[in-house]
Amino acid sequence: MNKFLQRWTVFAGLIVVWQLAGMAADDPFFPPPSEIVTAAWEWWVLEPQNVTEHILPSIGRLLSGWAIASVIGVALGLLLGRSDRAMEYAGPLLVFLRSIPPPALVPVFLLLFRGGTSMQLATIVFGVIWPVLLNTVDGARSVDVTKVDTSAVFRIPRHQWILGVVLPAASPKIFAGLRVSLSLSLVLMVISELVGTDNGIGSQLMTAQREFDYTRMWAGIVLLGVLGYGLNTALLAVERRALAWQPRSRDEQHA
Amino acid sequence: MSNMLEVADLGHTYGDYEAIGGLTFNVRAGELVCVVGPSGCGKSTLLRTISGLIAPSRGDVSLHGSHLAVVFQDYQRSLFPWLTVQGNVEFPLRSLPRAERRSRAAEALAWVGLSAAAKKRPWQLSGGMQQRVAIARALAYRPALLLMDEPFASVDAQTRFELEDLLLRVRREHDTTVLVVTHDIDESVYLGDRILVLSGSPAKLVADLEVPLPAERDQVTTRTDEAFVALRSKVARLLNVGGKPTLDVDKWAAAERESLSETVSS
Repeated sequence: MNKFLQRWTVFAGLIVVWQLAGMAADDPFFPPPSEIVTAAWEWWVLEPQNVTEHILPSIGRLLSGWAIASVIGVALGLLLGRSDRAMEYAGPLLVFLRSIPPPALVPVFLLLFRGGTSMQLATIVFGVIWPVLLNTVDGARSVDVTKVDTSAVFRIPRHQWILGVVLPAASPKIFAGLRVSLSLSLVLMVISELVGTDNGIGSQLMTAQREFDYTRMWAGIVLLGVLGYGLNTALLAVERRALAWQPRSRDEQHA
Repeated sequence: MSNMLEVADLGHTYGDYEAIGGLTFNVRAGELVCVVGPSGCGKSTLLRTISGLIAPSRGDVSLHGSHLAVVFQDYQRSLFPWLTVQGNVEFPLRSLPRAERRSRAAEALAWVGLSAAAKKRPWQLSGGMQQRVAIARALAYRPALLLMDEPFASVDAQTRFELEDLLLRVRREHDTTVLVVTHDIDESVYLGDRILVLSGSPAKLVADLEVPLPAERDQVTTRTDEAFVALRSKVARLLNVGGKPTLDVDKWAAAERESLSETVSS
């Protein structure tokens, strides 16, 4: 309970300050939190079709884009990471592609996919695949020599080598990549929804701004914050379970 | 007795560096042979060529059996931290049906006295226990030859004695053929039926010695046995004569001391 208080005191304090400052300023561009919460309530709880039309599709795009990128990134990363030659060929290309800011490709994907969900998915996948891919390559490369030798001596089959040795050995790095990708997915989900679509949280933000409904715009921003926080917490919980075998996580539990 | 392993004119060079210079020896079925040599003499290269991890530059290694197992010095890195002790022992047995895998693992863990630790993670065990897990894993694989690379060099002296006796008991009970690579002269005499003494790099066979000790050995009485002491001295002398790098360093140090005393006195 003490720890809970410690973690949330500053957060709650800032909201109180924001509330007081917002009330004092009485500026339509910066409404106080109480008005934002009221707007959120009216917008999403009293009109649940907004949840099904905008919030759920957004979350769906975010999660499927992230999942596609993760599967491709991990699979490709495991193969590239265990082959020096493949990395020599593909390395410069990967570094080049990674250097392109993903939002810059939104116009390209708009042309290619003519907007809509496939364009948004392409934006998210292309943007978030790099942290997963490069972390997986790094993790797959770092399997220590004794484990490589042990596996070779016991002549284990190839699928057991990849899934039973390389994948778990790389998993701490993979999870680090997955976390970066997940927060990037949220960013790219919003960006991809700002253009070429009329549903989703991003497009709702634009609509609210255009209609001078700043309270709703702020409600959307707060919702994105809550969403990002929730997703990250959920992934951390999964990670803690999946990596429970690590000696370090045990020490933390004892502390 | 038939040969389990035949090594003929085995040589290996890395670029210009010759690590092994033509080794010929046999290991008979059920025998425990120790390979002893000075540090950096190419023992690891020998082990890697026998285990098939690297292809030798020349010569032949033939194993009369389908597969071998290796127990590495670094048990911490050799065991998989994401698997339980039982999972580690089952690791080389994935091609077998689940029930057989289970029973073989349980059996091997019982041999090394670790049945109670089956559900633990390797890193929750002491170093000596971890190496016992590695030994159990190798035994569960039922290898034609058990190769051990400095298996007890990373544990404390007390544990080392325990593990040496464990190895002797297990191999007697299960008639395992074992080749132990070590730099420790006492260990080679205590464990071995036969000792292969290697020279410094490139590794060459200096001597092939039968160990004139009874099969039953004991840490206290065997180590004070006259035959033990005599053989230990013999191996030590062979290593100093054959082990060129150590000799050179000693000579160099002696020459250095002489030249120093000369300059002081003059």
